Amino acid sequence: MATSHSATTRRVNTLPLISPAVFVLLVWATVPLAMTLWFSFQRYNLLNPSMTGFAGIDNYKSLLTDSTLWTAMLNTLILVVSVLVITVVLGTLLAVLFDQEFFGRGIARLLIIAPFFMMPTVSALIWKNLMLHPVNGFVASVMRMAGLEAIDWFGNWPMTSVVLIVSWQWVPFALLIFLTAIQSLDQEQKEAARMDGARSFQIFFFIILPHLRRATSVVIMIETIFFLSIFAEIFVTTSGGPGLATTNLAFLIYIRSLLEYDVGSASAGGVIAIVLANIVAIFLVRTIARTLEA
Amino acid sequence: MKQTFFQKLIITLIAWTAAVVIFFPIFWMLLSGFKTEIDAIAAPPLLVFEPTLENYEAAQQRANYMSSAANSVFISVGATLLALAFSIPAAYAMAFFPTRRTRGTLLWMLSTKMLPPVGVLVPVYILYRDLGLLDTRIGLIIIYALMNLPIVVWLLYTFFKDVPKDILEAGRMDGARPRQELFYLLMPLALPGMASTALLSIILCWNEAFWSLNLTTSDASPLTAFIASFSAPEGLFWAKLSAASTMAIAPILIFGWLSQRQLVRGLTFGAVK
Amino acid sequence: MATVSLRDICKSFADLEVVKGINLEIEDRSFVVFVGPSGCGKSTLLRLIAGLEEITSGDLLIDGQRVNDVSADKRGLAMVFQSYALYPHMTVADNMSFSLRLAGIDKAGRNQKVIDAARILQLESLLQRKPKELSGGQRQRVAIGRAIVRNPKVFLFDEPLSNLDAGLRVQMRIEIARLHESLNATMIYVTHDQVEAMTLADKIVVLRGGAIEQVGTPLELYRRPRNLFVAAFIGSPSMNLLPAHVKAMSESVVTVALPGAVELDVPVESNNLKPDDSITLGVRPEHLHLSDQGQLRGEVIVVERLGSETYLYVQIDGGKRVTIETRGDNPAQIHDSVAVQIDGRHCHLFDASGEAI
Repeated sequence: MATSHSATTRRVNTLPLISPAVFVLLVWATVPLAMTLWFSFQRYNLLNPSMTGFAGIDNYKSLLTDSTLWTAMLNTLILVVSVLVITVVLGTLLAVLFDQEFFGRGIARLLIIAPFFMMPTVSALIWKNLMLHPVNGFVASVMRMAGLEAIDWFGNWPMTSVVLIVSWQWVPFALLIFLTAIQSLDQEQKEAARMDGARSFQIFFFIILPHLRRATSVVIMIETIFFLSIFAEIFVTTSGGPGLATTNLAFLIYIRSLLEYDVGSASAGGVIAIVLANIVAIFLVRTIARTLEA
Repeated sequence: MKQTFFQKLIITLIAWTAAVVIFFPIFWMLLSGFKTEIDAIAAPPLLVFEPTLENYEAAQQRANYMSSAANSVFISVGATLLALAFSIPAAYAMAFFPTRRTRGTLLWMLSTKMLPPVGVLVPVYILYRDLGLLDTRIGLIIIYALMNLPIVVWLLYTFFKDVPKDILEAGRMDGARPRQELFYLLMPLALPGMASTALLSIILCWNEAFWSLNLTTSDASPLTAFIASFSAPEGLFWAKLSAASTMAIAPILIFGWLSQRQLVRGLTFGAVK
Repeated sequence: MATVSLRDICKSFADLEVVKGINLEIEDRSFVVFVGPSGCGKSTLLRLIAGLEEITSGDLLIDGQRVNDVSADKRGLAMVFQSYALYPHMTVADNMSFSLRLAGIDKAGRNQKVIDAARILQLESLLQRKPKELSGGQRQRVAIGRAIVRNPKVFLFDEPLSNLDAGLRVQMRIEIARLHESLNATMIYVTHDQVEAMTLADKIVVLRGGAIEQVGTPLELYRRPRNLFVAAFIGSPSMNLLPAHVKAMSESVVTVALPGAVELDVPVESNNLKPDDSITLGVRPEHLHLSDQGQLRGEVIVVERLGSETYLYVQIDGGKRVTIETRGDNPAQIHDSVAVQIDGRHCHLFDASGEAI
């Protein structure tokens, strides 16, 4: 039809319908943010609620010169990038695999996406104890049966362990997204390629991967935003340790605010986290905006 | 692609291996819930054992567990209902009476979801403390509703838009006034979408593990916090942990399996179709 | 009584004017077809009448009452949508009785009306099915049934046949014509297919770019098109149009010079013409013949054999291409050199601005 789909003729005042949601989100988006900003410039100790005055940029100065912050940032970087790489690569490969027809595909799919629906605390504890425990864990037993020595995962490879747990939970997410994207690929494109003489490998590289570019960037952006705040898994397994080995930015803020009661410093850290997330968010919103037009 | 039977077999093998390997920890957890504590920590691990229900019984009896479970249910459902109450009118207005600002409003709403919770831990904690909302179920309900509002609005918006415009117009030509249009046509057609949106919201609330750990201590702590308490235990606890965990995740696992598609729609904000 | 009057109806979407000043009278019980190319505003016009879009300016009267501000649900019209717009969650019977339910008619009354309508459209066996179980043609009949049940003042059809395959389309066309006959109701029908327009209409309204090009009976439009657009739009295959200019004029005959140094006398009044004016000559394929005395020489480039007719596409000297309709057993072949005979009495002349002379 050549008619444009504009608003219908009924004139309804939409403002009262939308404003509650908008107002509430506006408050949620601005007030805590403003407060964090405010606190980051204050000297404030949670145990001693009487504010002790303007701290200027002292909090930022001390934070940025504190090596703990930089360790935390580095850990955050390692954590985020590692999990991203693992989930995107495995997610893509598994998606291609699950796009094929095979026996019992429905059930296999249910099994493979299950980890994403687990509570982070449950996942973390199951891995820490039942799977990775150096003495009684399943992995340890398997290694011993293979003649190797069991590894003390959380003791000697804490970051690796955390990366493992988080990746395990998020690979299914990536898989689901990529699978959806692959299945939206027009069958006829693949058939045309085959008629042109392309073999499976070439189809993967020249047709499927480019098609997944949008999905990949979306997955990376969304996962990054979530991963900047990874908390529960660390809280429940290593508590940031040993030492600072698994302390990321989120955990550091937690320590500073709720364990050391140094609100000013924690707020400064919070601002940094927000800035980082915003950078990624800008790109993500732009991508979404483009699909809204489509 | 026409596969040979052999190719299909190979793929089946590889795919199922991956599925089994990834699902294994969950399977192991399921199994361990039925073992005695001694069996649970046995090395080498036992595949064959005498099953027992003692862990499930113990968990049920533990008052902590029951109240945590009740909290999880109350908070998840409460937050979902609250989010729906704000979202349904907004999504309805934006889907059927779009204006030039609709798109911008939607995008802005989605962007609020991208705020890392850790960035506002301090003010929220202090605010809640001063308002007496710490360790309350209402406190968590409010914050979860706020966190999920963008996704719920977004999903409802897409489901409302999916209802073909000319069906509603046909209703109007048949003489339906706005209220009748809503009740007889829109609701029945959008109900499946609304149900899966609610489901997704419940899942996200149930599994949320940042605010639930930081804003509650005992009264209002949901299952996430309860399970977290197993991280500094004394003595044998694996089997009990497994049983408790199984009970904690089972409903969500099922919900999750049912709402896979909405998950993709919701969590990627439609950027992936 | 169900008359519709459009007085100076205009419609704009933001800055885009889509309907530009339509004046039209639709008589009671007539079958009026709005026809035109994509984007001409015909669907918009229909939706304005239905009340699904708001009229920017002008007056719409139904039975003498101004209804601009009356909402769609209260205008007493029924519409059959291009996509049928059946309610997917209701059975066929419920789909058809929905409007009655909204009007508060009791169950017995509703059932009776549904059965009556179902009988007319042969839907009795499908009453308990859901739309997704029906074929395209069946869904279309349900959509029509839904409209019939309401006994509306005016039936509105928005390209109802365009989603059907060719054979079904012909069948449904006949059904709709018979429906008009038996229901004796006013019907307004929108289509881009001029065959549907020609076969169904009492009166055709040709639209282009939001304005009316010509209104008339099918034969009027066919025999006396008012301008080039209507001439080319109505009739399939379309009228041959050749550039020409005026050679000489007398009171009732214009001598026209065609490319290839061909001259032709056309019996029209020469009102505002002057010698050497550029004009366009139009002649329908069925009015061209192959003959040894033919004035236009050319080569056959395509032959289309439909069995009952054969269409020859001939490239004449001067570069233009004409279509000729001949009998089904015409032996002409591609690459044949032929002579085309053209009779001035069957020609139409159009001036430089496209208006008929």
